[in-house]
Amino acid sequence: MSVLLSIKGLTKAYPGVVANDQVSFDIGEGEVHALLGENGAGKSTLVKMIYGLVKPDSGEMTLRGAPYAPPEPSAARADGIAMVFQHFSLFDALNVAENIALGMEDPPPMRDLARRIREVSETYGLPLDPARIVGDLSAGERQRVEIIRCLLQDPKLLIMDEPTSVLTPQEVQILFETLRKLSSEGTAILYISHKLEEIRALCDTATILRLGKNVGTCVPRETTAREMAEMMVGSALQSPERSGRALGEVALEIRGLSAASPSAFGTSLKDLSLSVRKGEILGIGGVAGNGQDELLAVLSGEIVTRGDAVALHGQPVGALGPAQRRALGLLTAPEERLGHAAAPDMSLTENAMLTGAAREGLVGNGFLRWGKAKDFAQRIIEAFDVRTPGPENAARSLSGGNLQKFVIGREVLQRPEVLVVNQPTWGVDAAAAAAIRQALLDLATGDTALVVISQDLDELMEIADNFAALNEGRLTPPRPTAGLTIDEIGLMMGGAHGMEVAHV
Amino acid sequence: MIKLEKRPQPSDLWSVATPIVAVLATMIFGGILFAFLGENPFEAIRTIFWDPLFSEFAFYYRPQLLVKGAPLVLIAIGLSLGFRAGIWNIGAEGQYIMGAIFGAAVGLAFYPLDSMIVFPLMILGGALGGWIWAMIPAILKVKFGTNEILVSLMLVYVAEQFLAAASLSFLKNPEGFGFPGSRNLQQYPAAHNAEIFAGSGMHWGVAFAFIAVIFAYVLLNRHMLGFQIRLTGEAPRAARFSGVKPARLILFCLGTSGALAGLAGLFEVAGPAGQITIDFNVGYGFTAIIVAFLGRLHPVGILLAGGLMALTYIGGEIAQSNLGLPAAAIQVFQGMLLFFLLAFDLLTNYRIRFAKREVA
Repeated sequence: MSVLLSIKGLTKAYPGVVANDQVSFDIGEGEVHALLGENGAGKSTLVKMIYGLVKPDSGEMTLRGAPYAPPEPSAARADGIAMVFQHFSLFDALNVAENIALGMEDPPPMRDLARRIREVSETYGLPLDPARIVGDLSAGERQRVEIIRCLLQDPKLLIMDEPTSVLTPQEVQILFETLRKLSSEGTAILYISHKLEEIRALCDTATILRLGKNVGTCVPRETTAREMAEMMVGSALQSPERSGRALGEVALEIRGLSAASPSAFGTSLKDLSLSVRKGEILGIGGVAGNGQDELLAVLSGEIVTRGDAVALHGQPVGALGPAQRRALGLLTAPEERLGHAAAPDMSLTENAMLTGAAREGLVGNGFLRWGKAKDFAQRIIEAFDVRTPGPENAARSLSGGNLQKFVIGREVLQRPEVLVVNQPTWGVDAAAAAAIRQALLDLATGDTALVVISQDLDELMEIADNFAALNEGRLTPPRPTAGLTIDEIGLMMGGAHGMEVAHV
Repeated sequence: MIKLEKRPQPSDLWSVATPIVAVLATMIFGGILFAFLGENPFEAIRTIFWDPLFSEFAFYYRPQLLVKGAPLVLIAIGLSLGFRAGIWNIGAEGQYIMGAIFGAAVGLAFYPLDSMIVFPLMILGGALGGWIWAMIPAILKVKFGTNEILVSLMLVYVAEQFLAAASLSFLKNPEGFGFPGSRNLQQYPAAHNAEIFAGSGMHWGVAFAFIAVIFAYVLLNRHMLGFQIRLTGEAPRAARFSGVKPARLILFCLGTSGALAGLAGLFEVAGPAGQITIDFNVGYGFTAIIVAFLGRLHPVGILLAGGLMALTYIGGEIAQSNLGLPAAAIQVFQGMLLFFLLAFDLLTNYRIRFAKREVA
């Protein structure tokens, strides 16, 4: 196998942090190469340098032996390098073909383009109608748009950034078939992920980054997931402990709830029912955009419904607002940290006030007790090991993981009767994620009922007692997680959404 | 190439320094403007900033500062509450007019009764007038989602028509020989907003302006409602998550700013102006928007900004009469002040880096 892209000593520093430090490795023609590392390990910076979005401070790259230093992404694309980003850059109001044309240097006439889209999508088992409006597509279908956009350029190297975070297990299998077919045709794939089993199933070689440095290379098929995880984290991993618990009476119940989404391209909830008992963790899985945000809003009180649609300890709370529900012990932590769970430009003390006012006694007769709020913020910082100089710092000055610990800690420390969290460890490094999961388990041991909405199925299997899946705003009946197979979970999540395996 | 880089934290230094740097920059570029107009720039700047306070005629100008500054501060304080929460009351001028009409009408209804109760009732009437006028955009916004900027602004012109009607018909002085305009409240002692200390310029409106500053400071820093106002402005989604009811906030902010603008109108009509006339309003309601931003929407800042604005008004008048500068040049000068303030405000949240060009 000849070398396609060779990277030697790439270094990129930002003020205060070295994102990449002397990173070197080779990608062969047709090789599926994994780039593995925690959040903040420098994976994104590295691929941005390959794709011409960021210029390295030092180091060099060669493409098929020739020096390669793309000044901008269009130059990288001209050299046969394509990238599918983790966050899609698509226009909801345009159709598939229009979106693809927008990303091309000189797009062919729309009719020809639509025909080529159909050809490519059939060859690679990615069915896609060029005339459909992107706003109506599922997350998996949107990803197909991005992939097909890349394939139309006939790339030599395809970079994929965390592609499976929006897919069901069945969709993942189909994507892998597509990638294997591409690889057999000689296209190299640089596959970024922190999901170890996927990498073991798909990749030929893995380069592992930690704190910006290349800490090792391995052949994933011959390495255990645990070994790779420990290379990635740099220390032995601690698994959360769950102790056997007896479940108490029903704490939270939703009965036959339907609610329209407040946003035009959101997902409405349809006839949704669930119940959670004291000490139980109900895990809710599903691909992003299937009603997770709406379910959280319905429970937090941001969307009000019929009074009896949501019951807390048998008492109707569906018509109450967020502050009243909090006072009764129903606490929530939304997915979006900045701007939803926390106000970016306000201090941590003020952000502690944001949800802690009632339960922590931070207000008296309408007047704020800043001293108590600061103490509360300080307690969260200490209990959850939030790395910050102090509670007077603005929320946006914290890294994503630290702010997530603060946001979750703020609710956990208020001794909730019921706690609902959406994506509790999204974008959080492994150590912080383990701490957050442990805190959730400890709450359950203390008789709190928890609803954990997450896309990370491993996480749900690890901490949840029962599992249900959200699919297009409908919730499946919950099943005990013990003994649930990955195939069964995938079917609960809606199976393959009409995808088919690549015609190899 | 110059690059703007977002600061991790808003800079405390720059949030204090911005107004000072903006005033200095205005002096420099204003000076250049005056030089082009053929005036000595140093003399012009001195006339505007120094003479009203410390010249030999300052005894006359200093009370004027309070008289001009008080309505600006009173209105700007009210506006700043809404602006903080992203609720844009642009129609304070109309609320100011309606406050004056309501307050004056209450006073004139009692004429010629000599009682202690007349003036307090007029104050209530003034606040009510402004409040009602602001509740129109507030209720329309809450019920139908209309844009409060447009509605409040257009109601200014409606209020001006009411003002003309009042001075020509229902509030016209019956003993005024047919001239438009109401009775002069300065000649009706029970209704006159007289100076608290003679010759100081300190009338009841000045006292209320100071009270409003303290009230707003306590509200914003110590009270849940003020916290909700700030939260809504900073992160609307987080505010709803926290439990803020947007409708309540809209009614409160617009209502309060309307009532304060109405008070300013009442104190003006019962004091310095004396009577309802067709050209009673002189733009305090619009200038107060500048004052609110110049003061960084902070109560103490607004107090200082109101003083500064009054200073440029009075200094500008002196410059017009003594140096013969055109009125438009003074307005350009005031506009510069706001422009530089907003421009330098960028430095609170961003820092400037000079970097060699990098292809994005």
